[in-house]
Amino acid sequence: MNYFHHVLDHLRKDLRLEWRGRDAINGMLFFALLVVAIFSLAFDPTGFPTTTRQISGGVLWVAILFSSITALNQAWIRELRNHVLDAQRMAPSPASSLFVGKALANLVFVLCVEVILAPIFIIFYNLHPLGNSWLFLLVMPLGTWALVVNGTFFAALGLRARNRELLLPLLLFPISLPAILAMVQASSGILTSDIDAIQIGLWIKQLAAYDIIFTTLCILLFETILHAE
Amino acid sequence: MPIAAELHAVSRIYGTFAALRNVSIAFPAGSCTVILGENGAGKSTLLRLLSGLTTPTRGTISIFGDTPQKNRGRLAYMSHAPMLYEELTALENLKYFASLHRDDQCACVGSPEMALRAVNLDPNLTRTVSQYSQGMRQRASLARVLQTDPEILLLDEPFSNLDVASAHQMVELLADFRTWPHHSGNPRTILLTTHQAHLAEPLAETTLTMLNGQIASRIDRNPASTPAGPTA
Repeated sequence: MNYFHHVLDHLRKDLRLEWRGRDAINGMLFFALLVVAIFSLAFDPTGFPTTTRQISGGVLWVAILFSSITALNQAWIRELRNHVLDAQRMAPSPASSLFVGKALANLVFVLCVEVILAPIFIIFYNLHPLGNSWLFLLVMPLGTWALVVNGTFFAALGLRARNRELLLPLLLFPISLPAILAMVQASSGILTSDIDAIQIGLWIKQLAAYDIIFTTLCILLFETILHAE
Repeated sequence: MPIAAELHAVSRIYGTFAALRNVSIAFPAGSCTVILGENGAGKSTLLRLLSGLTTPTRGTISIFGDTPQKNRGRLAYMSHAPMLYEELTALENLKYFASLHRDDQCACVGSPEMALRAVNLDPNLTRTVSQYSQGMRQRASLARVLQTDPEILLLDEPFSNLDVASAHQMVELLADFRTWPHHSGNPRTILLTTHQAHLAEPLAETTLTMLNGQIASRIDRNPASTPAGPTA
């Protein structure tokens, strides 16, 4: 139980820091809105509704992926200011609780942006799902967790690198490919109803398996990353 | 007197620069050591090695007979930087760091409010740390380490940014801290680096002077309380 208390302490701290500064959410939201607006101008969603429906799942996840990079790059910067990370490294609490707390905080930030982005996205692309739209309630959190858990981990990995802003997408994008494929396929399936519910269920299961594997790996490896010099 | 911390033939090399060169020394439990030396002499590296934040290139370090990493709850380290979140108040910072020391076995964490009062900071201050003066940050940082009730306190330049009166208050507080009983019954050990030797003089049972990554001299005020033969 103590472990979960530590996770909650870290989560509360990160939420409070974000509430005071609003660095992550503001940056992410504007970036996501820009991506959605630019794609809607480039593809003319009203002229080709079928094509729009087919590509909108991909556009949505590209917008979320690109915008979450801005928040993930900021995730550990606060810990570097005033050498707070050294105090974290010396604390007797488990190192992985810091990671889990921060990943959960990033999940909350990205989900907040998704909640604001979703209605705007639907209006811009003139969408209404033809499949089981409730499945989005599984796809969105699972897909977002896949991005933030790896993003938080690789942001910590590149913390001491000189060009860490560049390093994060270079590491995160390739490793997220299986998850992105599952997210886009599942989302497109829900929006177009081109693939059946069983097929969508398989993509969601693949996404859940990806989340479990990478969450476990990140938790196991984080202490080594934190104490690396 | 048992040994609280010990370095055996420790070197720390950054690239081609040797920050610490083949240093061996023992710090008895309950001792207070002041480390002097010019910039780059190796004082901060010595403290970072003892805190476990840096690993030695060669040699071994033991804290109560084990590695620094296995004694995290018994050590506290105050560096040049305040190690506090700018966006939080001092009390919020201290409560957060106290929570990281929460342990099932013992309630050894002091009260954040008491720690802030001990360093003459108002716990009810609603200003965030970003609006503090350098001296206030330094005192809040000291409160952060004192509240964890450490057996070994590592202080890197604690008097920098403090006016003379505040520095004297800090020395009095540290002298007082050594008399606070620890729940384990062990005496408290302090290692402190400074450029202002005159300020730390009331605390200094042992004064080490470092030069080019080695211990150049050692003065014991009370030789009977220290082990023989530190070597550099």
